[in-house]
Amino acid sequence: MKRVMEIHGLTMDFGGLRAIDHLDLEVREREILALIGPNGAGKTTLFNCMTGIYTPSEGSMIISPPGKKPETIRGLKPNIVTRKGITRTFQNIRLFPNMTVLENVMIGRHCRTRSRIAGALFRGKTTIREEQATVEYSYHILEKIGLAKYVNDFAGILPYGAQRLLEIARALATEPFLLLLDEPAAGMNPQETGELDELISRIREEEKISILLIEHDMRFVMSISDRIAVMDYGKKIAEGTPEEIRSNQAVIKAYLGEEFVA
Amino acid sequence: MQKLSEIKKSLLVSFWFMFLTFPIMVIRVNPIEKIVQWRWRNLLLVGMGSFILSFVWRYMIRQKESGMKKTGADDLQSMPLIDRVRKEQRLYIPILVVLSVFGILFPFIFSVYQVNIMTTALMYVVLGLGLNIVVGLAGLLDLGYVAFYAVGAYTYGLINHHFGLGFWAVLPAGAFMGALFGIFLGFPVLRLRGDYLAIVTLGFGEIIRLVLENWNDFSFGPSGIANIERPSFFGMQLSLQNATIYIYFLMIALALFTVFVVNRLQNSRIGRAWVALREDEIACQSMGIDKTKTKLSAFALGATWAGMMGVFFAAKTTFINPASFTFLESAIILSIVVLGGMGSIAGVIIGAFVLILLPEYLRAFSDYRMLLFGAILVIMMVFRPQGIISNVRRTYKFKGTNIHGDQNK
Repeated sequence: MKRVMEIHGLTMDFGGLRAIDHLDLEVREREILALIGPNGAGKTTLFNCMTGIYTPSEGSMIISPPGKKPETIRGLKPNIVTRKGITRTFQNIRLFPNMTVLENVMIGRHCRTRSRIAGALFRGKTTIREEQATVEYSYHILEKIGLAKYVNDFAGILPYGAQRLLEIARALATEPFLLLLDEPAAGMNPQETGELDELISRIREEEKISILLIEHDMRFVMSISDRIAVMDYGKKIAEGTPEEIRSNQAVIKAYLGEEFVA
Repeated sequence: MQKLSEIKKSLLVSFWFMFLTFPIMVIRVNPIEKIVQWRWRNLLLVGMGSFILSFVWRYMIRQKESGMKKTGADDLQSMPLIDRVRKEQRLYIPILVVLSVFGILFPFIFSVYQVNIMTTALMYVVLGLGLNIVVGLAGLLDLGYVAFYAVGAYTYGLINHHFGLGFWAVLPAGAFMGALFGIFLGFPVLRLRGDYLAIVTLGFGEIIRLVLENWNDFSFGPSGIANIERPSFFGMQLSLQNATIYIYFLMIALALFTVFVVNRLQNSRIGRAWVALREDEIACQSMGIDKTKTKLSAFALGATWAGMMGVFFAAKTTFINPASFTFLESAIILSIVVLGGMGSIAGVIIGAFVLILLPEYLRAFSDYRMLLFGAILVIMMVFRPQGIISNVRRTYKFKGTNIHGDQNK
């Protein structure tokens, strides 16, 4: 299967602390890859490196979006990385609480539209058309995610589960080829988790994109992912299908301790 | 039972105030006759006054809290009047008509003095709307906004003094210089936010003022520039009274133009980017918005209006010196934005009229002006922290997949 992103020897140091240590990872086309590991293993740091919030100390990150030439994204600013097609959601929800739900999604369209100050002032044909298209596209995404009923509400007053979904909707509006979800099921009840499971699979089918997700809910991870990568102390300690990971000795040791290793 | 504890609390407050004000309100030392007067009546008045005030205060806070619980039901009648006016077209249009008729007839009914005050208020409307872009929309706390105002004023003052160019020729130049200085300030503060940004912008404002005050060869120092030309009316010079009326209408046109521009900007792609930047900087970047460009454009556009108003100010007063551009000026403009409601055009307009016109018409109480000013701000922060008009965003109506943008502000 074709790879959309390859990470080689990625290292991230914060002063004396090595948060990620020579990590290799590949993301394949239209797969759901889960990244698991104990707290502080460096999973979110990896996300921050991949989206340009941190610049890694060493290593390479190369993307090859479907139908485009491979290129490196190391050292690019976050907004450029987003335009290249990698978007993320956040572990602790980071919506724009005092904007409406629709506007939150419209922000996601920012990097795919180009009207400028002069356009906004004179409201020429192109600007009006672009604005209209932005509204329609954003509303369409909200319908798909199932948030259309909240369209004009402020994002800050939405129920928790809906806020998580809105983050996904906002990320999808940027038309990514790779979607990074940081603990999408955190704080959700079993029923909501079930719905999320369904939604993520559907997004993969409909949008034809790859999804890399960090999650602690093991049942959720095992049921949804094609492959799982396990991190501990900044290193990748295992990688494989859910079945392989379930029986992997290194993983059991990292999660449960030495004495549980058979 | 609850009443009793309320009374007890208010009693405590009044005793505390009596104690605090005792030295200044009760004791008076008369050094000539070498006697001390004890004015016990004042003590009684302070005690009674603070008792009643504290009682009313607590009552209003209770009202506010019970009001909050009720707002679950979205009833049009229970909304404050200001919100209702905005929602109901029926009320909105007549009010607009009355206001515009009043605005047009104003200079022919009232004296030159009144017209001058109104022109000043309108200037602050524009300054407030300009700062609103930076503070209200983009969330960048700028305490040195008056610096751009000064830049505009001195641009006109100096060009007029040295080259004799008129108001209309320099107005765009002043706007451009404002924007340029906005970018000058914007670059070094790109990484800063919140308190740190406030401190640097405060410093910037002071630097501009100090330069103007001390660089005598350039800006004529504290003595300023006098005899600046008024705006000409198709080449004609007008009498003082006609000029005042002319400037008033010019200012109305400029204010309307500003409202038009800010209104269009705030619901555009770039306006949404500003608001997103205010709400969450990291999420904003991760959604593909260029932080650098967005911040700089906010600074530059905000400063443009200040630059234009500076030119206007110089032309209106015909005399400028650095004393007009102190920190107090920045603080007043910022208060207008905060009092009116950050990010709301109507709010800023109301805020400007309240804060500029009230002190003018309350000249009789001019000794207590700052006290009233402070009291209004404190009361606002307690009872309506979001400002007179709270943050409004554009709503869209959807019928199936048919989409209409619905502009109701």
